[in-house]
Amino acid sequence: MADASNVDAFVEFERVQKSYDGENLVVKDLNLTMPKGEFLTMLGPSGSGKTTCLMMLAGFETATHGDIRLDGTSINNIPPHKRGIGMVFQNYALFPHMTIAENLSFPLEVRKMGKSEREEKVKRALDMVEMGAFGGRRPAQLSGGQQQRIALARALVFEPELVLMDEPLGALDKQLREKMQFEITHLAHRLGITVVYVTHDQTEALTMSDRVAVFDDGRIQQIAPPDQLYESPENSFVAQFIGENNTLEGTVKEINNGIALVQLDDGELIDCKPVNVSQPGERTRVSIRPERVEYNKDRLQAGVHTLKAEVLEFIYMGDIFRTRLRVAGNDEFIIKTRNAPDQVRLQPGQQIEIGWLPEDCRALDA
Amino acid sequence: MTDISQSGPVLAADGTPLKRSLSRALRMQKLRALMLIAPLLLFILVTFILPVADMLFRSVENRIVQDTLPRTVEALADWDPASGQLPEEAVFAAMAADLQIAAKEKTHTRVAKRLNYENPGVSSVFRKSGRKVGKWDLATDGPFREKLIEIDDGWGDVELWRTIKTYSGSFTSGYFLNAVDMQLGAEGPEIRPENERIYNTMLVRTMRMSLIITFSCILLGYPVAWILANLPARKANLLLILVLLPFWTSLLVRTSAWKILLQQQGVINDTLVWIGLVDDANRLVLINNELGTIIAMTHILLPFMILPMYSVMQTINPSYLRAAKSLGATDWTAFWRVYFPQTVPGIGAGSILVFILAVGYYITPALVGGTKGTFISNLIAYHISTSGNWGLGAALGAILLAVVLLLYWVYDKVVGIDNVKLG
Ligand SMILES: Nc1ncnc2c1ncn2[C@@H]1O[C@H](COP(=O)(O)OP(=O)(O)OP(=O)(O)O)[C@@H](O)[C@H]1O
Ligand SMILES: [Mg+2]
Repeated sequence: MADASNVDAFVEFERVQKSYDGENLVVKDLNLTMPKGEFLTMLGPSGSGKTTCLMMLAGFETATHGDIRLDGTSINNIPPHKRGIGMVFQNYALFPHMTIAENLSFPLEVRKMGKSEREEKVKRALDMVEMGAFGGRRPAQLSGGQQQRIALARALVFEPELVLMDEPLGALDKQLREKMQFEITHLAHRLGITVVYVTHDQTEALTMSDRVAVFDDGRIQQIAPPDQLYESPENSFVAQFIGENNTLEGTVKEINNGIALVQLDDGELIDCKPVNVSQPGERTRVSIRPERVEYNKDRLQAGVHTLKAEVLEFIYMGDIFRTRLRVAGNDEFIIKTRNAPDQVRLQPGQQIEIGWLPEDCRALDA
Repeated sequence: MTDISQSGPVLAADGTPLKRSLSRALRMQKLRALMLIAPLLLFILVTFILPVADMLFRSVENRIVQDTLPRTVEALADWDPASGQLPEEAVFAAMAADLQIAAKEKTHTRVAKRLNYENPGVSSVFRKSGRKVGKWDLATDGPFREKLIEIDDGWGDVELWRTIKTYSGSFTSGYFLNAVDMQLGAEGPEIRPENERIYNTMLVRTMRMSLIITFSCILLGYPVAWILANLPARKANLLLILVLLPFWTSLLVRTSAWKILLQQQGVINDTLVWIGLVDDANRLVLINNELGTIIAMTHILLPFMILPMYSVMQTINPSYLRAAKSLGATDWTAFWRVYFPQTVPGIGAGSILVFILAVGYYITPALVGGTKGTFISNLIAYHISTSGNWGLGAALGAILLAVVLLLYWVYDKVVGIDNVKLG
């Protein structure tokens, strides 16, 4: 994936490994290339090594093996304070004994900036996050969301080209989080900074990023723009992890013209797009998004294979209907339909036929 | 605010005004809380507050002269010590009468002792006379002036009478003046002659050495507390036990151990001589002086410094240091500007503890301090238990208390007492 000779690369991880205890690799063979100005999100379950990667980039952990480069120069041996990387910590880490203005002025002071210039920049940074009136307060006198904005302003005030954020919105409530998501992306694009953002909230990852790197087990499972990640997951982990997903298990019968015929375990046949399968006889896990399943016969493509299904539960959710079906022995098969005027409301116990476009049904690794 | 505009107060469900039922509920809570702490409160009252109050009272109380020599005190009222003349015969007669009663009740030695504090030599005059005056017939044996002077020519000294007159009030500032090396002279308070001054030196020495001990504790304790706070929990606990180890051994044993270590033929000197750092003829004097007291007391009080610092450092999230470094601070700047200020409350708490403990310390200075390294508390102890001058001991104690309170107040102004954290 990574290309060391890439001239556009701003941040590069090349074959990076990390072990804390000398026995387990927490990060296994990480390769990553980021162009300047990109907003990249690291997404993954707890313990998958996201924070570790961030800490290696920031210089608080050293890579056990491999090379990390910033703007073409290896930074393995540069101490943290010389890397010039802004960082927003999960707990904000605002200095409690300093006022907000002093917190913001700190990175400028250690850079030996003059007083008037400092004040000017602090004021501009505070205005940027709409906290201009709060300079004299202590961090403890601010709400969570306000502290978060100050942490952001402090990471940006010395105009770093790269900013790292480790689950900065983890402690906020849903509404504030959505507002801050918008503000952060907006700000990042306006200032043209490169951002590495860590989260385990997939909605956050999808809505904010230019690209998302899905971590699991110390490896990047897939790195792609949000739409690709959602619509074309490259393996079953990504398919399961991003969004809601239905899986059916079976064996590949044949592959023809880019379409794989898969025999499910109960004998039924379906058409799929082969992603991680290449020859007949392979076991596969088939993944279909709930909103791509069609049960209205008129809308189904002629000639595609369909499956019999029994409605188990119908849930009215306002904007959408969520229906649970039994399909090929799977009781947890979910379909989602839009609450449109002509939409049929299914009844529990009803027998229906479901189908989909072959390219929406992806045959992944077993 | 409710938009139903009510005149009159808000009512609770049962119709009583809300404010009153709330304060009743709160009063019940407070009463219950008070009952819980009542035993401790009583204990403190009896064992601490009352004795302190008694001590403060004793430092100014002076009824003994009035009570033992009532006639003399009355007769002396008209006498002017500044005249340089001895009092009239009436005063001597009154003294003879007072002495006769006092000698019978054996109280004349007590008043003699009291007056002797202010005017050394008075004691023997009273003792000698007390025995003989008992045989006199007050009605016929006059005039008493000559007879008393005949017993002891101390009676012919104007200074003795001046002392009696000066200390005849129910209350006196004498003990306090004495405690700051002054006395009540003919023209009011005056500084004692140079060879009698001792308490000011002792007080200043006590403060100075307590400060030195406090600073040594900060210097030695800070790194230890830092390591404790940054070690994994299991190792930190082990190390903490080592820090607390001094508490497990008796104070006397520890102090004696320092004697063995520090004396001129002791372990440290022997080692230094053996290495060749110190010449055998010039062994270091490490004990029975200020240095000995400072070393031993720093060791003894160190845990009181480490524990509050440790508990404060434990609450400081390591991400502050990381944040500082990511913002461009060097290790030193990050420590000094971000970490250290957050540990100040711990240092403050430790310093107050150590300083106050040090100021009142008594056993260790007595054992390893020699004459140069003793504290004011050793003098207090001397007056309470050996010389019997409780009034002076009380005055010294009161001054010590006042100084500590003053320092506490200054600390509050400079650092702020709510900036002190014990955990
Ligand atoms: N200082 C450390 N010493 C030893 N092991 C560590 C250390 N920090 C992290 N680990 C281990 O490394 C693995 C990855 O941790 P990391 O903090 O990178 O996970 P993460 O992806 O950030 O998880 P989360 O989403 O929960 O924050 C975990 O198994 C963790 O136990
Ligand atoms: Mg993490």
